[in-house]
Amino acid sequence: MFKALLFDLGSGFLVTCEIFALTLVIAIPLGLIVAFGSMSRFKPLKYFIRGFVWVIRGTPLMLQLLIVCYGPGLIGLFTVTEPMIAVIIAFSINYACYFSEIYRGGIESISRGQYEAGAVLGMSKGQTFFHVILPQVVKRIVPPMSNEIITLVKDTSLANTIAVIEIIRVAKNFTGTYAVNIIIPLLVAGIFYLVFVGLLTLLFGFIEKKMSYYKV
Amino acid sequence: MSEEMIKRAPETILEVKGIKKKFGETEVLKGIDFSVAKGEVVVIIGSSGSGKTTLLRCLNFLEFSDEGTISVNGEVLYDGLAEQTAKKKLKHNDKLLRVKRLHFGLVFQNFNLFPHKSVINNLTLAPTLQFKSDLRAAKKAEKEKARALKKASSAEEIAAAEAKYAANGKPDYRDVEEIKEKALSTLERVGLLEKKDNYPCELSGGQQQRVAIARALVMNPDILCFDEPTSALDPELTGEVLKVIRELKDSDTTMIVVTHEMEFARDVADKIIFMANGVIEEAGTPEEVFGNPKSEKTKAFLASRNK
Repeated sequence: MFKALLFDLGSGFLVTCEIFALTLVIAIPLGLIVAFGSMSRFKPLKYFIRGFVWVIRGTPLMLQLLIVCYGPGLIGLFTVTEPMIAVIIAFSINYACYFSEIYRGGIESISRGQYEAGAVLGMSKGQTFFHVILPQVVKRIVPPMSNEIITLVKDTSLANTIAVIEIIRVAKNFTGTYAVNIIIPLLVAGIFYLVFVGLLTLLFGFIEKKMSYYKV
Repeated sequence: MSEEMIKRAPETILEVKGIKKKFGETEVLKGIDFSVAKGEVVVIIGSSGSGKTTLLRCLNFLEFSDEGTISVNGEVLYDGLAEQTAKKKLKHNDKLLRVKRLHFGLVFQNFNLFPHKSVINNLTLAPTLQFKSDLRAAKKAEKEKARALKKASSAEEIAAAEAKYAANGKPDYRDVEEIKEKALSTLERVGLLEKKDNYPCELSGGQQQRVAIARALVMNPDILCFDEPTSALDPELTGEVLKVIRELKDSDTTMIVVTHEMEFARDVADKIIFMANGVIEEAGTPEEVFGNPKSEKTKAFLASRNK
């Protein structure tokens, strides 16, 4: 029976990983676009984006999830039939906003002198950004990004509120099926998270080490 | 009239006229005129806040003066009044800005090396990117030319197409290897060849500044500007940087140096410009300015420096 538990939790964990990976793939680049918007010299865009980031960071992700999932149906637009899509949309927007603030902090921490050095060497704004600024930003944001990404691993469990069968949902369902103590499947689910986060921690440690070939 | 003619003699490389610059309500430059001859070393001195750095930044198009013109080799690169009314501002025109900026090199007070690039890559980054984009542009022009020639039916049309694309310049370098060779020989010139694979954080301040000078030299600027190149250095490290600048003078590099090192200024300058409150208070040979200053402000400044 323990084998069946592990197998079912494992398949639930695959869904967790799916949410995790898709959110990252979308939110990491989207966050850069949001960051550019929040630093725009075009004031209306800047304030719109900053207001949007405030709303997203200022409300619970679970609420956002419910709004994306049921909102369109409630105002009579269309019904979201695939909750997974709602999950990916809500998570991507939410994490893009958090990432954007990390990017913005990183970009603004690079001294003006670096832009000017690029400029006087005849580099274009794009060349300066991608070859001088961005590589330095990446090094600086690895620790805060790893923090956010580890949080994302555990936030994926919110998806079970709109009936996506991820690992926590599987663990809860187990009680009914096998009449075991509810705490055991949840504890095992916890171990899944713990191992995954452990692996991520090692990965980020490795990346930080790789980037320590220079100091500022 | 004849004086005008002499001023415009071919050896004048830089001519600056009536540069004015305001930051908000503060007038930092109140009308600056001077010229620099080819191979000449002009040293700008003056107390903090006199506008020396702003002037250098205007020359390098890091700031855009409100009025005045900047001409290099007789070509007007910048006209402040025209810029004010221009539809597309120079500061938003990356391509044109690059061409204009490359007439000048700038060595910063705090080096501004790229910390994530090794010494050699600090030197090769900008020319390599430029080479690659030139190459892309040349290939594109080549394709367009081929297409135009294919379409052309008459001899006139062929000639027209040839003429249209003849102007498309070739990249400055043959290949990336050539850029590297140039970078290595420039590093040798500042005596840092053995540090080529080190990162800036592994070098002393003096060495970093020498790398910064080499990085500026690789771009072959007409005029190399220095903004207080030794002010961020420990006193015992200034010597090696000043030595490099002296050597550049011997190889006829045209330079504008802003510095607080009076000994060095007197020694290296062909012309001294003393700035105070946004104007050129006094200009002349080192002997004139240091030996026999005319303005009271110059006298007071020099006296305060000699204490």
